[in-house]
Amino acid sequence: MPAEERETVAWPADGYVAVVKQDCPTCRLVEPVLAGLPGLTVFTQDDPAFPEGVADRRDDTDLDASLALGIETVPTLVRFAGGVEQGRVVGWSRAQWAELTGVAGLGEGLPEYRPGCGSRTQDPDVAEEILVRTRGGSLRARRLEIAALEDEAEALFDRGFTDGLPVVAPTPARVLRMLEGTSRKPDEAVAVVPPNLAEATVEKVAINAVLAGCRPEYLPVVLAAVEAACTDEFNAHGLLATTWGAGPAIVVNGPIRAEIGMNWAGNALGQGNRANSTIGRALQLVIRNVGGGRPQEVDRAALGHPGKVGFCFAEDEEGSPFEPLAQSRGVPPGRSAVTVFAAEGPRGLADQISRTPESLARSLAQGLRSVCHWKLPGGFDASLVLSPEHGRTFREAGWDRARLHWELDELLLLDRAEITRGAGGIEEGVPARASDRPVPKFRPGGYMIMYAGGGAGMFSAVIGGWAGGPGGSAPVTREVDPWR
Amino acid sequence: MAVSPGGATGSLVILDPTDESAPDARTALRRPASLDGLRVGLLDISKARGDVFLDRLAELLADRGITVRRYAKPTFTKPMPPDLRRDVTTECDVVIEALAD
Repeated sequence: MPAEERETVAWPADGYVAVVKQDCPTCRLVEPVLAGLPGLTVFTQDDPAFPEGVADRRDDTDLDASLALGIETVPTLVRFAGGVEQGRVVGWSRAQWAELTGVAGLGEGLPEYRPGCGSRTQDPDVAEEILVRTRGGSLRARRLEIAALEDEAEALFDRGFTDGLPVVAPTPARVLRMLEGTSRKPDEAVAVVPPNLAEATVEKVAINAVLAGCRPEYLPVVLAAVEAACTDEFNAHGLLATTWGAGPAIVVNGPIRAEIGMNWAGNALGQGNRANSTIGRALQLVIRNVGGGRPQEVDRAALGHPGKVGFCFAEDEEGSPFEPLAQSRGVPPGRSAVTVFAAEGPRGLADQISRTPESLARSLAQGLRSVCHWKLPGGFDASLVLSPEHGRTFREAGWDRARLHWELDELLLLDRAEITRGAGGIEEGVPARASDRPVPKFRPGGYMIMYAGGGAGMFSAVIGGWAGGPGGSAPVTREVDPWR
Repeated sequence: MAVSPGGATGSLVILDPTDESAPDARTALRRPASLDGLRVGLLDISKARGDVFLDRLAELLADRGITVRRYAKPTFTKPMPPDLRRDVTTECDVVIEALAD
């Protein structure tokens, strides 16, 4: 029963209230003491006929009084005067009961002290119901009913809430537990989500995080990612609506990576880690469900890619020859952050021979050059995920991230003769011009370098993006800590 | 098992993950008290002997002074073609459908 429909429990404004359960040996021990206390009201959590000999004995099997009194242990004896609590004793202690009640010599023949038992309100089998009863009123989302004869997973597919994979049913209890992952209130606004420009509250993001399979401790990362993705610079609307197949990806930096068990080592960009898999998925489900962005509707991708189910990984800061990506983008050291960026699927880039940074940089430049089209400069952004065995070469040579960018920029100045329309027998390319000045492959700041992966394998990865800059999408970094 | 406040017995309550711009459930229109003055359509879904039932119904309605418009789906195995759906919804206030054979 929702909290608002329950009657308020009450007890006399003056006197004593005890909360007990028959199942507790200490409660049974004090049964005669309770029977002898004047002005006592007893609430019983399990057996309404217990304890015997008490005039004002009340059934609290629905635990309303126990919750209202904040009972964690039984027996608990509370003294009230003028409706205000004057003190309480937990468990049985002759001295403390005597002090609270002013009645000397209570419980003759009983031991001096016995600890109490856990209150029924603490039982795991009622925890979920109590969570919903006490805090369900803070939830504002429309409640939908899945009928008893409906299969829960099938019903969620039928209602269009999923990305094609099964989702976890967002019951009020699960959403409340998810919301424990943040100190933010459920009704706080996180972002206005395209394409429908619908406001996403913390609660709506939490609901979709449940659908995605997130744990509560992932929620701040999801919230930061939603905030970042719904900025004008990132332009999630354009990224969704383009016929190009990229989608939003998230790279996570800072202490939260380890706190929530993310993967930045072997198979960092792949499957198998719950945080990596579900955080990216939650962002996409927010765009689908809150924003209304669905494939073959506003999502006009001609092909798309499997990472559009969700694409999230962490950077290997500890192993990296460079400062963490988030720091290079202005986040102070030691803080957690997400960077969202437009991403196709990653493509491996092998170089098992180069041992000098100059040679390896040339290989990486070749891979980056292939983004969008080998002959097309200036339009599309990209990301490079450097693996440990490639990173080693740059570390040993003392190259930092800025140096590698600088070298790659030089190597990615394209010879106009190679990229003109018709050159190489390929009609695609740039229009012929009088100038023969080389053309940069990427706009300034048009590619990011990250570091992740397993210890063996001289393979990095190129992740193509989408149209970069103000007319398209630019990577956006947001701190996670404000969402904790 | 999840606790479902407000839910009917055995049902599962979930929270809507969407922007809630679409209605949760559609309800049927109230049945009219009388057919007087209403445009009545008879829809044959092309199941066997549906026409027999609807012919008789048309006779009975004619006795009450009610003329009907007749419609038929090309086949009962597939959803109604959109054009036919539009015709029915724009030309009728009430539709009687012969569903079973």
